Amino acid sequence: MMSNGMALLAIFTLSIFVGFEVVSKVSSTLHTPLMSGANAIHGVILVGAIVVADHSSNNVELWLALVAIVLATINMVGGFVVTDRMLEMFKAKKK
Amino acid sequence: MNRNLYDLIGLAAAVCFILALKGLSHPKTARRGNLIGAFGATVATLLVFFFTGNKDDKNYHALPLHHLPLIIGAVALGLLVGVPAARKVQMTQMPQLVALFNGVGGGAAALVAIVEYLKLGSEATSAEVIATVFTVIVGSVSFSGSCITFAKLQELMTTRPVVFPGGRFLIAANLAGVFAAGAWVVNSGGNTSLAVLGGLSLLFGVLFVLPVGGADVPIVISLLNAFTGLTVAASGYVLQTTLLIVAGTLVGASGTILTRLMAEAMGRSLFKTLFGAFTAKPQAATGEAEARPVKSGSPEDVAILLNYARRVVIVPGFGLAVAQAQHTVRELADVLASKGIDVAYGIHAVAGRMPGHMNVLLAEANVPYEQLAEMDEVNPTFSQTDVALVIGANDVVNPAAKNSPGCPIYGMPILEVADAANVVFLKRSMRPGFAGIENELLYDPKTTLLFGDAKDTLTKVVSALKNL
Repeated sequence: MMSNGMALLAIFTLSIFVGFEVVSKVSSTLHTPLMSGANAIHGVILVGAIVVADHSSNNVELWLALVAIVLATINMVGGFVVTDRMLEMFKAKKK
Repeated sequence: MNRNLYDLIGLAAAVCFILALKGLSHPKTARRGNLIGAFGATVATLLVFFFTGNKDDKNYHALPLHHLPLIIGAVALGLLVGVPAARKVQMTQMPQLVALFNGVGGGAAALVAIVEYLKLGSEATSAEVIATVFTVIVGSVSFSGSCITFAKLQELMTTRPVVFPGGRFLIAANLAGVFAAGAWVVNSGGNTSLAVLGGLSLLFGVLFVLPVGGADVPIVISLLNAFTGLTVAASGYVLQTTLLIVAGTLVGASGTILTRLMAEAMGRSLFKTLFGAFTAKPQAATGEAEARPVKSGSPEDVAILLNYARRVVIVPGFGLAVAQAQHTVRELADVLASKGIDVAYGIHAVAGRMPGHMNVLLAEANVPYEQLAEMDEVNPTFSQTDVALVIGANDVVNPAAKNSPGCPIYGMPILEVADAANVVFLKRSMRPGFAGIENELLYDPKTTLLFGDAKDTLTKVVSALKNL
């Protein structure tokens, strides 16, 4: 069995290929929503921020983690909302 | 909830993110894709509140989470800031907002890595320390770089490249300092070294974006997006969370692809775009109009020209966004279409301030996406086009990119509007575009210039057309 670190490295490597494969098919019309949607996806660092806030053992750590939670929430929720707003506007020609 | 179930649901969330990006391959499926992504992110976030770890795990803890009220308060604060910002922003201001969201994400990732490092202390393995150093450097650069990008786009500061004497030595010294501080953290560790690393990285982000000019901002935004993605992936390694690794890597890939596409669309290497301002020879005094004759026309003249055209291609640029003229453009296109005139939009990949900026603006004005043509598609059709209507674009149609070696945009593929029978430029003034290069096309006999705010002049053209 792989060590934990190696397994994570394998996931990382495979994700690179999945990412390139999926994103290279995105139509150029949608580059702005792609960027803001991808932006929203990395907002999932919120998960990490909550975990470290829970782990924090003193006030400095706690407050740094709380700031991270605020920033990550802005990133994630704002990102998805604004992407949805943009995509709503992309409509096909009415027949 | 035990670790296995947690990981399983985390995996499902990662699949949601892949589906979200896959949905973007077509406008029809894009919105659903984004909602799937949002669903995955919501589930992943809620899950953390119910996760205890395995009983025999060193990370096992009882629920509820420590500091639960503070955590919920912080999430609520984030919602209060993020949602209204995302709902109210105008489409013309999208690049700023995306830059800002990207920056706060990078900042959050850096903070997460710092807190985890403080907690682990001497227990951290060297791989974890290296991942932490990477996250702090790249996350901080992304944060401060995005803040400067935001300031440039919001015009809180000049959009021109900021270059000062000895700038490149300062940047080189700063970069060396970042690496030295990184080595310091890896070798001896400690809070001081980490603080120095963070500070130097923040400074580097500022110095790195300052010399980039307004027109090159699309590349910087894409690049910083890729940076933040990789930062999140590295924090995923430190926190041993598969979801963060997958999500971060997907974003890293998308940012990298966009950066490469933008660099190709500008016909320059990434390196030259980022550091070009340091090596460029000073341009001859630009910004002042040459005293050469140009043909300027009235909105009525342009209306007559358009009225007798069979095919019109509209080329939008950043000026369209500044004037908020996207709705008026659509109105014009509708009037032309009602007269049986063939209308298309020619979109240059780097028109505007972020990849795909023009597409979003025109979509806002309900222009069907089928009418938006990319450069390769539209270029062969200019020879059958009667009027090319250039609205607030300059560099992307400047023949200097083909004809004058040595000018900053030489080699950039352009929209060949000069092939059209007539060219109409809507401009605020004779000032050259962001690259600061004269456009020979403005003096061409087949060119008509229409000065003024794009929205006002277009409105006049539309009403003149209706009366014809």
